[in-house]
Amino acid sequence: MSTRLAKGGRLINRTAPVEFTFNGKRLKGFQGDTLAAGLLANDQMLVGRSFKYHRPRGIVASGPEEPNALVNLGSGARLEPNQRTTTTELFDGLESTSQNHWPSLEFDVGVVNNYAARFMPAGFYYKTFIHPRPAWKHLFEPIIRRAAGLGKAPTEGDADRYEQAYAFCDVLVVGAGVAGLKAAKAAADAGKRVILLEQTPVLGGRAPVDDTEVDGKPVDAWIAAVEADLMSRDNVTIRTRTCGFGVYDHGYVLADERVADHTPGDGRPKHRLWRIRTAKIITATGAIERPLSFAGNDIPGVMLAAAVRDYVVNFAVSPGDRTVVVTNNDSAYQTALALKAAGLDVPAILDARETADGPLPQAARAAGIRVLTGKAIAKVKGGKRVSGVAICAQAGEGSVQEEIACEAVAMSGGWSPVVHLWSHCGGKLTWDETLSAFIPDPSRPPLNHDGSAMVEVVGSANGDLTLTGQPVTIPPVWVMPQGAPIQLRSKMWLDYQNDVKVSDVQLASREGYVSVEHTKRYTTLGMATDQGKLSNINGLAVLADSLGQEIPQVGTTTFRPPYTPVTIGALAGESRGEIFQPLRRTPMHEQHEAAGAYFEPVGLWRRPYCFPRAGETHEQAVHREVLNTRQNLGLLDASTLGKIIVKGPDAGRFLDMLYTGVMSTLPIGKCRYGLMCNEQGFLSDDGVVARIDEDTWLCHTTSGGADRIHAWMEDWLQCEWWDWKVYTANVTEQYAQVAVVGPNARKLLQVLGGMDVSKEALPFMQWADGTLAGFPVRVYRISFSGELSYEIAIPASHGAAFWEACTQAGMALGAMPYGTECLHIMRAEKGFIMIGDETDGTVIPQDLGLDWAISKKKTDYLGKRGQERSYLASPDRWKLVGFDTLDGSVVPDGAYIIAEGENGNGQRNVQGRVTSTYHSPTLKRGIAMGLLKHGPSRMGEIVEFNTAAGGTVKARVRDTMFFDKDGEKQNV
Amino acid sequence: MSDPVSALNGASFNGFATIREIGPLGMITLRAKGVKALDKAVKSVTGTKLAAPRRIEINGDRACGWMSPDEYLLVVPYAEVTAALASLAKALAGEHYLAVDVSDARAIFRVEGDKAADVLRKLAPVDFEALEPGELRRTRAAQVAAAMWAEGGGFTVVCFRSVAGYVMGLLTHSAQRGSEL
Repeated sequence: MSTRLAKGGRLINRTAPVEFTFNGKRLKGFQGDTLAAGLLANDQMLVGRSFKYHRPRGIVASGPEEPNALVNLGSGARLEPNQRTTTTELFDGLESTSQNHWPSLEFDVGVVNNYAARFMPAGFYYKTFIHPRPAWKHLFEPIIRRAAGLGKAPTEGDADRYEQAYAFCDVLVVGAGVAGLKAAKAAADAGKRVILLEQTPVLGGRAPVDDTEVDGKPVDAWIAAVEADLMSRDNVTIRTRTCGFGVYDHGYVLADERVADHTPGDGRPKHRLWRIRTAKIITATGAIERPLSFAGNDIPGVMLAAAVRDYVVNFAVSPGDRTVVVTNNDSAYQTALALKAAGLDVPAILDARETADGPLPQAARAAGIRVLTGKAIAKVKGGKRVSGVAICAQAGEGSVQEEIACEAVAMSGGWSPVVHLWSHCGGKLTWDETLSAFIPDPSRPPLNHDGSAMVEVVGSANGDLTLTGQPVTIPPVWVMPQGAPIQLRSKMWLDYQNDVKVSDVQLASREGYVSVEHTKRYTTLGMATDQGKLSNINGLAVLADSLGQEIPQVGTTTFRPPYTPVTIGALAGESRGEIFQPLRRTPMHEQHEAAGAYFEPVGLWRRPYCFPRAGETHEQAVHREVLNTRQNLGLLDASTLGKIIVKGPDAGRFLDMLYTGVMSTLPIGKCRYGLMCNEQGFLSDDGVVARIDEDTWLCHTTSGGADRIHAWMEDWLQCEWWDWKVYTANVTEQYAQVAVVGPNARKLLQVLGGMDVSKEALPFMQWADGTLAGFPVRVYRISFSGELSYEIAIPASHGAAFWEACTQAGMALGAMPYGTECLHIMRAEKGFIMIGDETDGTVIPQDLGLDWAISKKKTDYLGKRGQERSYLASPDRWKLVGFDTLDGSVVPDGAYIIAEGENGNGQRNVQGRVTSTYHSPTLKRGIAMGLLKHGPSRMGEIVEFNTAAGGTVKARVRDTMFFDKDGEKQNV
Repeated sequence: MSDPVSALNGASFNGFATIREIGPLGMITLRAKGVKALDKAVKSVTGTKLAAPRRIEINGDRACGWMSPDEYLLVVPYAEVTAALASLAKALAGEHYLAVDVSDARAIFRVEGDKAADVLRKLAPVDFEALEPGELRRTRAAQVAAAMWAEGGGFTVVCFRSVAGYVMGLLTHSAQRGSEL
């Protein structure tokens, strides 16, 4: 059993005990433990089940490479699935539960998959569940998801908050082991602004476990001295618990700081995502030990050799009384020595090499440890935990020579430098024959804008595996024993988390998979949450062997950020709840809220859709608003309307190019409706233009179009007509705008008082400056409803007060506020088009019968050439007409007008579609506008709209002006 | 007529830094380039010289900020905008320029305290350690456009009026005690 040792543990504080739970069991640990260390200290060797076969799994590693020991952490609003126990700091009250078991960790029905493993080879899902097709979605996938799947998705909203922050430096060092500390110190000495990131809470990396001295000083003293030195400098920032997880172009690095993972609920942000821009990146990310592929290498108790000594030295945790070490290199001997030093038994070191005579093997022999060279593990014995190993010759086929009882196996298949950050932006790798590992190729680095290397790699991440510089040789041992038969190979795990075995990769190769990228996807090797940190090199070595190729020829899969999983909360940062996205409010927003408005999004604005009264449905509210506006008085918050000032000697010429009509001739004081098209000729925006003075115009745009049209204007002025003397300014938000609409509109303005708004003084399509109720206003006499209507612009800081004044003064005149839906219905009753309803990017003004707004005299305007193209000029285009349903019903939104016959796909032919459709409260029946082939020449014809329910709605083709054809209502 | 009301009516928050919505502040967008009288015109309004690229010239409650090669932000007391526009019109008569009142199109915040920069570091891709006195940054605060500069032991942040609530939310979130960088 694994247990806590009586002495030692450099990272734990024995005076600070903590309690935590695993599957409800109360366990004890110390401050400084990782959750994995705490579990092992309590003999919790079985921590989860594998993904596919539900095999028992234990802790393998001691860092972010851990594939097995993932847990659900916390509960309720702080439940986080897939948390790595090896990187989770233990704290008092921590709750954890194991994942991927059903119904329980100790007894799992899914383990039957284990016995059926030979029937679930690589690509099993693809092969088995492809037919019948619908069965995947409805039968196979739900069952597989239940049996497989990792952690539980939280059902509550996250109780914590997250944030992001920007940082800048000259040199960013990722990893604060000895190599990283040295790099940071050198850069700091050179006067550079330095940021040093370390994913764990402490600096120093592996050195305190693996080494005795650095540069002639004891390791701990050296680290403490450098740390103190760096901390004392103004030009150095050290961030622990912060993992640099992604390198992007131009020296951009993302890092995840686990601010309060270990202190949940203390009010601090849980994670902080750092967005760092740096001139130079130095990665000192170390190396990850590789497992060896022998039968039963996934049984709980089989661990990486370096992890075993981490647990012994850092946390005073024994993996078991007896640990067999199996290796192909010298570093694992350190584990044997560390175990011995802790008073534990090492029955044997099995070394796959024929000879092992370096200083460490010699030290092991001197310590009385039995060293067997040329040996391998034929098989690990045990089920939910290791009970022993069967030994064989590495050169053979697995004939058992001896069995040794033990509780743990410490394995080392060599080291893989962590080259991820080097590779994210295209740094290339080279295969190092001596180390049997990929290392960064300094001649092919990721590049900066100027062609220089963006990333430099130091320390063991660069293949320099020892501090002393002593050369290391690691012979390739990819399968143990080398001639293992299928029975053994099908029990050799490459990818623990996704249950991929040596035999699976070999099968994929036999089935014709030659690309490592395809093999990865077919077998799912390296596709789990650990992204193959342990399995990739072993897997591709097996693939290369099966293909009869060299490893470098097969190559690696692509390294992509993030290096370790990053919680979505950190990526979202502050963008949650109220500040999920910008919400634009008009100056009258609060008043609308107080009036009970039901809002709808218009771009990022929120506009009242309607103002329902007690007991009213939205539809009833909208109908009331329409009737009241037509009969009495309506008030609309039109502040969102785009307002762009265009000024200069060439402004008229500029607007004549932008609009299809002529704006240069517009007299001062007057307004004109205009259409804007893109270069292709399609209708893009519309609105009323007012001539302010000799060289100034004010262009109204749609609410959603203000920023886009302003950018469109600047684009033409800056990039195409840069020599035209025109300036623009988007003053949309400078003004609140209130539409006063209805038969009593003029009366309201007269009550407010201050300027002459009579028919004579302010006729239709004119504007005037003045005051109303003492407010400075500009009044536009324009109408989008067909009613007598004034739109009143007022400085935004007076918007709320003016709205209130209108509301108060309007009471006696029957004033009611109305929303966007009422606006839409009233404009449809008058046959006015709406950008986004009648247009969808494929519609030209001519389609909408707007030829009157297109100048025939102008030689050019944006879109003119496009509209002359044969397809757009075709008489066969669908054109806008109105429709009266025969039964008075409302045509469904999105309905098509059907035509005879079917197309090649067996679909009903169509000849048009609806663009706007409403129940008109004014006319008390359904009205619709739509595009119909040859529409204007088909007045009086009966057409049929399809409906989603099947069947059709019959309607008679008519003109688009449903109400007050002669405009008597607005011309008063 | 009522008094002008700023977007958030002077909302404030005390975290590890203090956030205050201030204003209304008089602001004029002035667009002009290569106009001889420009220096004089600006001086007549702000009492400062024309701001160089990425700079803001501050003179008490007046300022001239550089916004682009042909755009300046002029800050004056709110009540003096009309007079300032008239003054510009007089000084730039006959020239090609555009001057408009944008006082009400904006919201202005002050972020103050020893660690005020930490609040903004969370929202804007700005290197505050390299930000010089009198340097004006046109940047963004999370998802919206913002301009900011250091002034009087803190920072002034300008955004569009409609998103004042969003920016206040951002600043409040970022200034929570315990989240100092």
